[in-house]
Amino acid sequence: MYRIRLHGRGGQGIKTGSRILGSAFFGAGFEVQDAPVYGAERRGAAMSAHVRAARTPIRERGVITRPDLVALVDETLLQVPAANVLLGVDAASVLLLQGNGDAETWRARLALSGTVVVLPAAGERAEAELGGARCAGAAARLAGVISRPQLIAAIAQELASLGPVATATTTAQALAAYDAVAPHAGVLRESRPAAATAFAAPEWIDLPLESARVAAPAIFAAATSVEVRTGLWRTMRPEIDYARCNRCAWICSTLCPDSAIRVRADRSPEIDLEHCKGCMICVSVCPPQAIRALPERAARARELAAAP
Amino acid sequence: MRRLLTGNAAAAWGARLARADYVPAFPITPQTEIIELLAQWFGSGELRGRLTLLESEHSMLTAAAAAAATGVRVFTATSSQGLLYAMEMLYAVPGWRAPFVLVNVSRGLASPITLESDHNDVLAARDSGFLQFHCASCQEVVDSVLLAYRLAEDPRVRLPALVNLDGFHLSFTREPVDLPTAEAAAAFLPPFESQGIEFRAGRPVSQAVAVLGGSAYSYFRYETHLAAEQALQAHGAIAAEFAQRFGRRHDAVERYRSDDAEIAFFMIGAFATKAMDAVDRLREAGIAAGLVRPRLLRPYPAAALQRALAGKRAVAVIDQNLSVGKGGVLHGELASVLYGQPDAPLLASYIGGLGGRDISAGEFFQIARELQDAVLARRVPPPRLLYTAGELRQMRNLQAIAAGERGMPEARA
Ligand code: SF4
Ligand code: SF4
Repeated sequence: MYRIRLHGRGGQGIKTGSRILGSAFFGAGFEVQDAPVYGAERRGAAMSAHVRAARTPIRERGVITRPDLVALVDETLLQVPAANVLLGVDAASVLLLQGNGDAETWRARLALSGTVVVLPAAGERAEAELGGARCAGAAARLAGVISRPQLIAAIAQELASLGPVATATTTAQALAAYDAVAPHAGVLRESRPAAATAFAAPEWIDLPLESARVAAPAIFAAATSVEVRTGLWRTMRPEIDYARCNRCAWICSTLCPDSAIRVRADRSPEIDLEHCKGCMICVSVCPPQAIRALPERAARARELAAAP
Repeated sequence: MRRLLTGNAAAAWGARLARADYVPAFPITPQTEIIELLAQWFGSGELRGRLTLLESEHSMLTAAAAAAATGVRVFTATSSQGLLYAMEMLYAVPGWRAPFVLVNVSRGLASPITLESDHNDVLAARDSGFLQFHCASCQEVVDSVLLAYRLAEDPRVRLPALVNLDGFHLSFTREPVDLPTAEAAAAFLPPFESQGIEFRAGRPVSQAVAVLGGSAYSYFRYETHLAAEQALQAHGAIAAEFAQRFGRRHDAVERYRSDDAEIAFFMIGAFATKAMDAVDRLREAGIAAGLVRPRLLRPYPAAALQRALAGKRAVAVIDQNLSVGKGGVLHGELASVLYGQPDAPLLASYIGGLGGRDISAGEFFQIARELQDAVLARRVPPPRLLYTAGELRQMRNLQAIAAGERGMPEARA
């Protein structure tokens, strides 16, 4: 069985990528299971998707803990412990990483003994929204059992409802990735399930009874959500053009689902970038279109360049 | 044709193939996709009938049963807190004796609030009078919806049916599903013959009347119970017909490599397929393990379970639910039908998968090992929560933060 885990952020096409890969395997005659795993968060939050493909019916479920391939769309997730990107990665697993730098540097940085394949980052838009599809294209080639036409057919099927333009763009990106990793075709191998003969006994414990004061699910501090820097989740950044903003003083600030826009005394809005998740709702609701969307990467590069 | 479908899409396809006339709806994670898909199909004309958004699950269920009581085919779906919000009507409407199908996408109950699956929500409906189907795969979801209509609408049964699938592990998981064609589905499930269930303005009927006195009350309640028991027989015939038409057997009790097994896992829901995988691995290691899984939980297939488990040395009931102050619900239910049976197995109780917590292959293997030990010792271990030292360490880290916030000494390290 192939066990493949995709990691990225909501909005980077992780679920779409997993479905493209799932359909491509299915089209190639495999039994398939694909499933995204996410919490209550929206766009920008860390998420993963799990693709299994085998010649026999698949009965495993849920999070893949022994991956044959981990595909990482957004390398900033390596800094987010909860994303658990490297869970179960060992000498036999392949890490596919979309980003800059070469494979050897990543192997050293992450102290990995297995294969690392770097998928060079593409243009900004591709990275923001088509990362999942690019990784699906690359993963298909790494497995070496999915043909170009099978990949193209899978994309056409998964993106049918989005129309021909989206399908064409996605196909181009996925095929570029499929070609880019050609030297590594077939590096991904199927693995066997863990045998029942040699397994590490789970470290079960008897849960101790504790006082209700300790054992109730309560948070004992005010304003704790400020501590969660949801701004790290952003792939797109809203930017206010104050020359266009007509100081309506309520629309963007009221409709921001994260209360990340405050209205100053002079009625001008201010975005709290520590907590703005980049959902782009403010961009779409501002009547004079005074808020524009900027890829986060470009915005950060600009900030770095401007720093003294 | 086989295609990849999520459990939610499979549920919606079930309603579509059943040609539901009316779908009262209310959104809740992880069920919403079902009504979104149905809304799309009603909108495009692929389904004829009506989908109405209600203002709550309580109203939704009332609307579903009220519509069913006019003789049309009704489908609806909910999950978790939504099912509980509808609980008053959930217990009320089976007594109306009007059939319809309710899909529940299992999700753990508050508190604390969570999104992932366990079965306390659906088990809260256990004694309501709804027939209960429990699915372990996306294929079973679409098939069970069709079976549920047949059983619910059977003139001897006439009770609403609930089809349960696990949130995330089925609802958002795509698997290959062999969808029956519209014609084949219609041949298996013809239009609903309401046989007297109807609504005519000129011929008013009062349903769900009040009775005073326990005697009349006992009659009506026990008739409902007899109908549910009757459903067991009816299910056998319907499942056999389904198997004949579609080549897939969905008996009230699934036995996976259990006939010659010495030890067995007993569980419901999506994680049961993980148990099947564990059974295969254990067999490779020379251990005679099997799985017994009730698909039908109401009516309870007592005799089939007694037969399936007679002669097994030990059985581990893995409950993905918790009756607070008692333990696993399925363990208690199974014990009640095995007690006093000749050749009854030892019965061990495990609580696992609460709030969607994974059950690892190693944990299944360890459970099997404990069953083997229990056979030798002729005694089962005490009930166990599947919970590891590592998980407690993580909890301790969170508690240390909470203790810091309160300025109180840390919880025991
Ligand atoms: S919605 Fe637009 S116009 Fe109104 S305050 Fe926000 S940026 Fe300004
Ligand atoms: S500021 Fe705009 S982009 Fe950021 S979270 Fe609020 S509405 Fe979304």
